[in-house]
Amino acid sequence: MNIVECVNVTKTYRQGKMEVRALGGVSLRIKKGGFVALAGPSGSGKTTLLNIIGGLDAADSGSVIVEGNVLDNMSQTELAQLRLRKIGFVFQSYNLIPVLSALENVEFVMLLQGVPTKERLDRARTILDDVGLEGLYDRRPAELSGGQQQRVAVARAIVSDPAIVLADEPTANLDSKTGRELLEMMGEMNEQKSVTFIFSTHDKMVMDHARRLVLIRDGLLADDQDRDP
Amino acid sequence: MYLRLGWRNIWRNPRRTTVILIAIIIGVWSMIFLGALMRGMTDQMIRNGIATLTGHIQIHQRDYRNDPAVENSIEDPAPIEAALDERLPTGAHWSARIRVTATAANARYAGGVTLVGVDPQMEARVSFIGKAIKEGRYLREDDPFGIVVGRALAEKFETGLGKKLVLMTQDTEKNIASRAFRIVGIYRAEMEATEKQFVFVTLPAAREMLKLEKGISEISILLPGHEMVAATLASLRDAPPLSGCDVESWRNLLPLMRAYLEIYDSFIFLWYLVVFIAMAFGIVNTTLMAIFERIREFGLFKSLGMKPWWIIKEVMAESFFLLLLGILIGNILSFLSVFLLMNHGIDLTRFAAGSEFFGISRVIYPSVYGRDVLLANLVVFILGLVVSLYPALKAARFKPVEALAHV
Ligand SMILES: Nc1ncnc2c1ncn2[C@@H]1O[C@H](COP(=O)(O)OP(=O)(O)O)[C@@H](O)[C@H]1O
Ligand SMILES: [Mg+2]
Repeated sequence: MNIVECVNVTKTYRQGKMEVRALGGVSLRIKKGGFVALAGPSGSGKTTLLNIIGGLDAADSGSVIVEGNVLDNMSQTELAQLRLRKIGFVFQSYNLIPVLSALENVEFVMLLQGVPTKERLDRARTILDDVGLEGLYDRRPAELSGGQQQRVAVARAIVSDPAIVLADEPTANLDSKTGRELLEMMGEMNEQKSVTFIFSTHDKMVMDHARRLVLIRDGLLADDQDRDP
Repeated sequence: MYLRLGWRNIWRNPRRTTVILIAIIIGVWSMIFLGALMRGMTDQMIRNGIATLTGHIQIHQRDYRNDPAVENSIEDPAPIEAALDERLPTGAHWSARIRVTATAANARYAGGVTLVGVDPQMEARVSFIGKAIKEGRYLREDDPFGIVVGRALAEKFETGLGKKLVLMTQDTEKNIASRAFRIVGIYRAEMEATEKQFVFVTLPAAREMLKLEKGISEISILLPGHEMVAATLASLRDAPPLSGCDVESWRNLLPLMRAYLEIYDSFIFLWYLVVFIAMAFGIVNTTLMAIFERIREFGLFKSLGMKPWWIIKEVMAESFFLLLLGILIGNILSFLSVFLLMNHGIDLTRFAAGSEFFGISRVIYPSVYGRDVLLANLVVFILGLVVSLYPALKAARFKPVEALAHV
């Protein structure tokens, strides 16, 4: 079963008279439970594609379907609702709400979803333990290392069992050892909880962790291979 | 969680929060405290006006208002006085007076005054004079040549206790009547003008001088409270013995005062408006700054699936706390200031010469009206929330991708 389906997605940015073609017709199917790397040099269109799959940005043409929901003509409110229930984001950096503790950051999404307090607290603690942050519940983001912050972000993204987690260069700001550890943790979560991960990267080491590697160049798919990490 | 977020967010930039809090506090303080001072001023104006021989209600012979002369006296006050005793609420007092313009003279000086003939006991319960004697004594029932004058008049006439003062006026037969009095008491009033204007003698002395049998110029009534004026007025106007009389409330008797009160009311309203507009700019500005510093965070909120309305609530929570804190502290400071001035007031003696014209007292005491305080707080709180909708809407409208790309 395909959890994400992109059909001929295009996107062109306009800045005054300048036109930049970010995506020139991308078609892509991703199966439930996948652990997919979107790889390509800087400026190739990875962020744009992830944002469009996540409903943060709209495609100019083509179609995007996430777990049976067609995003193409959804209103802002419907897209917000979809992100809230089905999609987790992890960005390169500044993922966390600075005034909330690690635990509260994870609780926050569940609060928006209307999960009852007691359950919220239990699930937030459990997931933080799962990503290896036991005992750091009450730390504010500023009191956590970069790797720890990314772990909180992953925990927050997966805590409510979304259809997909979209991670845009999640290791780009980490040293290679911390980056590898984060990726290994994401891999574990992918296997244990069968969460679908799509992450972008231009780092060879990160690509090696993927079980499917989609290469993108100048806004077009260049290669697509299944692999055994 | 919104409240927790809002509360913590306002303390991310303590300096900015402190600045805007101070602005709100000063705004609220100036609204409540200066409002209370102005109320105190007008309250005292009214009280002075009423105590300075006006009373809450006055009764005159119908023609007296047009021509306040002896001929237009109430010739036989007895039936009216009987009606008063019957119809006035308990706790009300009245005093019958003779009031004519006269010339006062001594060896050095002569000048116009208002001669007031009173029953010393009854008058003391109605107007200021009973408690105003600062030197000598008040009038007695049997005091045919005693006169009480104001301090300012005594100074102007370079006279004092025990000295003679001659009063001249026209009697009922249109002849010049004159009578020599001896100063038995000197009073002080809130206003110098009062001290210069009124001299007090007993009713029998005034009658003898004016050749009046039983007649009086006016009856002044003091009620236990302002709120009884309307009902009492209606009841008295119905009384048959008063059918030939004008019965009027202080509002009609002091038209200038009424005009000032209205001006003060609009002034207070204007004052609230000005203070609020200044404050509103501060609130909007600060909140906008706080929002533009955190554009990325609002992008994050959107990526988490927050709907625009939720983001508005988050921003409003911050304004809510700023306003709540500012209002709280502002109120505490206002009540402290009022409390400090409760006993001693603000002494305006230095400016008395200028302010007297308006009937403002020498010392102003703040007077707090629940209605004013409530209004000030509501204005700040509700309008404060309304103006912070603008930055909140701005935050809710950030495009997620652009906000996230913001560094
Ligand atoms: N908001 C934007 N305005 C104009 N051009 C943009 C914008 N965002 C991205 N681009 C351009 O689109 C292309 C793809 O960008 P992006 O998706 O960010 O690539 P990647 O994430 O692979 O580095 C680049 O050439 C980039 O300069
Ligand atoms: Mg990118």
